[in-house]
Amino acid sequence: MKAMREAAVADKAGLATRHPHLMRPNWKSRGITTAVVIGLTAAFVAGFAALDFSWQRVFNGFGELGKIITLMMPPSYGTEAKLLLWLTALGETLAIAFLGTLAAAILALPFGFLAARNVVPSWIFRFSIRRGLDSIRGVDTLIWALIWINVVGLGPFAGALAIMTSDFGLFGKLFSEAIEAAEETDGEGVLSTGGSELQRIRFGLIPQVLPVLLSQVLYYFESNTRSATIIGIVGAGGIGLHLSEQIRTLEWQQVSCLVLMILVTVAIIDVISSRLRFAIIGRRTSGMQI
Amino acid sequence: MVSAITTLPPDRLAPLADAYARARRAKQLQTIVGAVILVACIAASLVVAEVKPDVLITNFGRFSTYIDRIFYLDSGQLVFSDIYGTKDSWYWGLGKWAKLIGETLIIAYLGTAIGAIGAFLMCFLAASNLVTNRITLFAARRFLEFCRTVPELVFALTFVVAFGLGPLPGVLAIAIHTLGALGKQFAEVVENIDMKPFEGVMSTGGTWTEAVRFSAVPQVVSNFASYGLMRFEVNVRGAAIMGFVGAGGIGQELLSAIRKFYYSDVSAMLVMIIVTVFVIDMVTERIRHTLLGQERAR
Repeated sequence: MKAMREAAVADKAGLATRHPHLMRPNWKSRGITTAVVIGLTAAFVAGFAALDFSWQRVFNGFGELGKIITLMMPPSYGTEAKLLLWLTALGETLAIAFLGTLAAAILALPFGFLAARNVVPSWIFRFSIRRGLDSIRGVDTLIWALIWINVVGLGPFAGALAIMTSDFGLFGKLFSEAIEAAEETDGEGVLSTGGSELQRIRFGLIPQVLPVLLSQVLYYFESNTRSATIIGIVGAGGIGLHLSEQIRTLEWQQVSCLVLMILVTVAIIDVISSRLRFAIIGRRTSGMQI
Repeated sequence: MVSAITTLPPDRLAPLADAYARARRAKQLQTIVGAVILVACIAASLVVAEVKPDVLITNFGRFSTYIDRIFYLDSGQLVFSDIYGTKDSWYWGLGKWAKLIGETLIIAYLGTAIGAIGAFLMCFLAASNLVTNRITLFAARRFLEFCRTVPELVFALTFVVAFGLGPLPGVLAIAIHTLGALGKQFAEVVENIDMKPFEGVMSTGGTWTEAVRFSAVPQVVSNFASYGLMRFEVNVRGAAIMGFVGAGGIGQELLSAIRKFYYSDVSAMLVMIIVTVFVIDMVTERIRHTLLGQERAR
């Protein structure tokens, strides 16, 4: 190997004369790359300057962070009563994510169809529904949680409603895209046998898109479990309340214990939801599994 | 369209009909079992999440009232009647809020950039087609998983303790989360590359780093840019709430407006956030389409 490499390097000039088109630099693409890199770096430096970080603080902060990490070891849950409380809160988190995702999916389903080009051809109608869904999606789950707390009071119910609201916007968009990607031919088949427009949607469209929609819902169930772990920070139930409390009171060993609990829970949900997803779509994609 | 269809003779039809009925029953059983499990999960969740439909129904009015109320000024006028000008206008604090939105964008950009650089360096180690050492692979993947599973706000809360209030903990929290999320997506892209160029570089005696640089990177760079842009958009939303825990951006101001019931301020800031996210969404989508178009043209 090494000898071959050395021979190739020694003959570099010869190679260049024999294959000029391969060795000639492409100035245009190099220029574009350089310009993009310089632009991004300039923006980075400018941003850094605009936020006015003091290097002193950055270095002290990393030192402090190192101390915190050592204080986190080993993870500990304090008293048994506390552990029980946390486990209940974790259950609450899962319930919030589950109900929120489910309710959002059910609510978003009709809107997904209404916002799809192959169901509703009216351009203006579709556009307004899509922009409405976008605005709902643009408001973060935590903000929705604050609004719902005004309505139903503090607690996990507000959290479930918040997840429902923000995911409603997301699912509406995803569903409509999945529906638009469906094959036309099935629906044409139904129409050709004398089926009505509604029958086309029921028998030509729904069987095609339902597995896709279900797999998206399952995927976001996992992602919502993560969101539901922090929704408690504003008082909307789940483990987030305990976590932020332990961080604020600097109980680092208990913080690491809580983080560990969250990691394990999310990993379990991840496994379950991806199993179900593969069972539904019927194929196993490669990668990221070990 | 209508024409007579000749049916099969009964003796040949029976086994087919039987098989169909069996398949149907199996499917129905599966559906029923699934439905029972689903209903059980729903029932358990309803109890645990303290769902009170009656409270929701009686108080639902408050939700629509709230949404309605934030679009009225203190003077009782609709916000759109007095948008900007005096200190009682809807956007009385435009300068202050615009600055905070700017800070939010900078937090998102710096976090995305730092995270993307980290993800770029890590992703080749987490790709099963380039790394044969199982320990490296395992370590890289678990590290990325840790970074993306711990919620951003938890990192932010911790960093606020270490670095003090301000945008710095926000940038770092977003950077770490981005590292985890992009690292996984990047690694998946790398796993789908054409391996022939890689083998080609290795066969001429190139080192692993050279092979990655000259065979893998050119294949993945446009996809990476596309994922990076998508993540930037997600991070703008994330940066908008970093202020909830004191980690910079517009979140702090928004939180206090919601808590103190400064109704019209809430809608003013929400509209600014939505418009910003919308514009960034459009711009990044345009760039991504161009990138993917180039990819296909190649």
